[in-house]
Amino acid sequence: MADYELIVGFEVHAELATATKIFCGCSTEPGAPANTHTCPVCLGLPGVLPVLNGAALEHAVRVALACHCGISSPSIFERKNYYYPDLPKNYQVSQKRAPFGVDGWFDLEVDGTVKRISIVDIHLEEDAGKLVHPEERSAAGYSLVDFNRAGVPLLEVVSGPDLRSVAEAEAYMTAMRRLLQYLGASDARMELGQIRFEANISVRPVGTETLGKRVEIKNLNSFRTVTRAIEYEMARQIDLYERGGAVAQETRLWDDARGETQAMRSKEESHDYRYFPEPDLVPMVFTDAYLADLAAKLPELPAARRTRFIEAFGLPEYDAAILTGEKTIADFVDAAVALGANPKTVSNWIMGEALRLLNEKGLAPDALPITPRALADLIALVDDGKINANQAKQVFAEMFDSGAAPEEIVKARGFAQISDVSALAAIVDAVVAANPDAAAKYTAGDDKPLGFLVGQVMKQSRGQANAPVVNALIRKKLRGE
Amino acid sequence: MTELYTLTAHAAHALLTAREVSARALLESVLARIDAVEPRLHSYLRLLPETARAQADAVDAKIAAGEAIGPLEGIPLALKDILCTTGVPTTCASRMLENFIPPYDATVVRRLREAGVIVVGKTNMDEFAMGSSTENSAFGPSHNPWDLSRVPGGSSGGSASAVGGDEALLGIGTDTGGSIRQPAAYCGVVGLKPTYGRVSRYGLIAFASSLDQVGPITKDVTDAALLMNAIAGPDPCDSTCFPEAAPDYTAGLGRSIAGLRIGVPREFFTQEGVQVDAGVERAVRTALDLYAKLGAEIEECSLPNVRFSLPTYYIIAPAEASSNLARYDGVEFGYRQTGTKDIIGMMTASRDRGFGMEVKRRIMLGTYVLSSGYYDAYYLKASQVRTLIRQDFERAFERYDVLVSPTAPSVAFPLGAKVDDPMQMYLNDICTIPINMAGIPALSLPCGYDRGLPVGLQLMGAHWAEPALLQAAYAYEQAAGWTRTAVDEAGRVTAAG
Repeated sequence: MADYELIVGFEVHAELATATKIFCGCSTEPGAPANTHTCPVCLGLPGVLPVLNGAALEHAVRVALACHCGISSPSIFERKNYYYPDLPKNYQVSQKRAPFGVDGWFDLEVDGTVKRISIVDIHLEEDAGKLVHPEERSAAGYSLVDFNRAGVPLLEVVSGPDLRSVAEAEAYMTAMRRLLQYLGASDARMELGQIRFEANISVRPVGTETLGKRVEIKNLNSFRTVTRAIEYEMARQIDLYERGGAVAQETRLWDDARGETQAMRSKEESHDYRYFPEPDLVPMVFTDAYLADLAAKLPELPAARRTRFIEAFGLPEYDAAILTGEKTIADFVDAAVALGANPKTVSNWIMGEALRLLNEKGLAPDALPITPRALADLIALVDDGKINANQAKQVFAEMFDSGAAPEEIVKARGFAQISDVSALAAIVDAVVAANPDAAAKYTAGDDKPLGFLVGQVMKQSRGQANAPVVNALIRKKLRGE
Repeated sequence: MTELYTLTAHAAHALLTAREVSARALLESVLARIDAVEPRLHSYLRLLPETARAQADAVDAKIAAGEAIGPLEGIPLALKDILCTTGVPTTCASRMLENFIPPYDATVVRRLREAGVIVVGKTNMDEFAMGSSTENSAFGPSHNPWDLSRVPGGSSGGSASAVGGDEALLGIGTDTGGSIRQPAAYCGVVGLKPTYGRVSRYGLIAFASSLDQVGPITKDVTDAALLMNAIAGPDPCDSTCFPEAAPDYTAGLGRSIAGLRIGVPREFFTQEGVQVDAGVERAVRTALDLYAKLGAEIEECSLPNVRFSLPTYYIIAPAEASSNLARYDGVEFGYRQTGTKDIIGMMTASRDRGFGMEVKRRIMLGTYVLSSGYYDAYYLKASQVRTLIRQDFERAFERYDVLVSPTAPSVAFPLGAKVDDPMQMYLNDICTIPINMAGIPALSLPCGYDRGLPVGLQLMGAHWAEPALLQAAYAYEQAAGWTRTAVDEAGRVTAAG
């Protein structure tokens, strides 16, 4: 069997973080009762006209600039014509021949090396509504349509066929999602369907230059399914070639339950979309000054932020990569440091307790229930010697659960750290007396009992002893150090 | 005494403000006229006497309270049934929208309401504005008030026959390829297609989005200017609407036209396949003689690319229509065929039964020219030719203030004469279509008769030159003296006739 090379490109569809729809003033807030976020415009009633949402336009241009794209001027909208009951006008306003962004690139870091991925096209379009099928569809004899989503702005980012492994594909998905979040263009929460990926997959024998026939995979709802689908599809295509067959250029749907891709019926994909320029919207011309201004106002992007965390905060590369991986977490770190907390200490709390608790409770990073102020205060309590590390962990857990301020928790629980040497020395004396074997072993040079003895002191002090002071007292008493 | 329904809007306004006539009396006169002639004209698809009476009474209360009223307040108007009206069915003369009741007002309708204009009814038209005779209405044709055996023109035939037949003082039409001007010419009234973007299209049910414009159909030029004052101007709901405020269109009326440079493009008189009728040409040439006497400089000219207007129009307009009319699928609104086995069957059957023949023909044409592999050869090429046509006009307007031509190659033709020959029907629009392709304004006004039927004189201007067109039209109207009385003597249909 020859060695095959995997070739992947992505079409990323992201819901833009605008308060209103792309061509009308209806809310984009999810979860409303069916057809309550609608008006004549997004319902496509006879006679209505679209008016472009300026915020959606700006998001699209900013993403295009961040991806180093050329900006089409004029950019135009076009109509993509097809009949589907959830599409109010039976055409989707989209972009085809002059999208906002063309011919850009995106630097992707995989395993420490940077690879430049081409961005072919970045364009804006409107979402369709949603079909709601009664449980017994055939018996009911009808389906319902909810148009709340119709007209929600979607950004599509199309990459070139530049990804060569599953690891690269995973890195690209993560990085693109992070970029959209950093730009504030999209919340990009996969579980809410705010970001979707379609993968274009082909394989070719290593050493050949021409691209194989490409298969487009739809219905990928999570990073995990994308990875599974790529692995499945790669194997399927290699198997076809090995058996002397040919790969058909087609669209296939991922079936998550069966763990395989299935060809769509040719009827479903043989659309002739009859694109033509949308006559109800005017071409958009951008001045250099406008674009320069937008470019200058782009926020700090993930790579720059990671470098700053390393250089300005003195954080290890590993910490910086994790913390900047989620914009909300990186924002948290910046805010806590701005309140005077030590960056490394903040990093330790986030990478340790915060991520552990988030994970334990199945929460997304942007659901972190504590404020930077609370963490900064907690760190100050420890630094000032008011509570010990062990108590701090308990306080943190309670902050996480109740959202209460750390001082209140310390007060309510009666936490106070005993650092007074004479008070602690009395407890140490008592513990040594009560545990002669352990004390003797430690005195004889065995370090192991030290932890046990410190623990006993902590227990006697109901957890309030200053552990480093206790350590020093025991060493001094038993070994004279 | 003159019957009130024969008045122009500005004459009626003078009587209203002088308190010689009440808005209610004016309206009742029009409603009585409608009762008398509507069975023969069929201008209206729906009358709104109750809301009209309430509005008229409100205007009278205002006058009684000593409040000033606007120039069109209390004036009865015939509204083409292609403009959306809240709570009132808006059908586009199609089975498809027979029961469609819009939940919103078109911007033009809102502005008319704000101006105090009284909508007496919604008028007949060719289905979805596709046609030149109103014979494509799903609810039966309208008739020409000058000769009931003839068409009133189209697609705004109902508004033109209503105004020409004195069933309203004012009319609103829409014009995609001549649909205001040609029926105005056929019915002996004034019709203005404004510059593309001058009047909001929001709430105008789209036929061809890049060509459609709303405009006035009136008994004289002054009324056209007044109605433009009410409806023109920017609209945040229409991205293609010109953002600058509209001028006062009555400002230039009455000013001398001495030195006006008039170009007479020969392609509007004779073209391959079409020759303007001798009687029509004679009326137009006589009008030009009068312009010369008024001090205008007249010169023959040529716009060579105008001959491509019809073929390019019949690519671009159907292409846009095929997409604009895709929403009529029986899912959300409009006609739905029940009893089909699946969604595709429902959509197909609903469109098959809901649309008439001409609409289907244009949807098929448009679908074809946009299809994969044909786009470049048809739509793209047509868009390029459209630019050439516009440039021809731009060059002409460097030399001339106004271009003059017949509005249509003939006077109103008999009902049924062209229904079986779409090509002959399309050729009837040869003088009006180039204007829509260029996006410029053009006005049709009566300039005499051929075989006893009114002839329309078309004045064309540069983009946003409506004031110049209205000024030139007014000068001719005053000098020519084609008064409404003269019209009556020429055999116009009357309540008795």
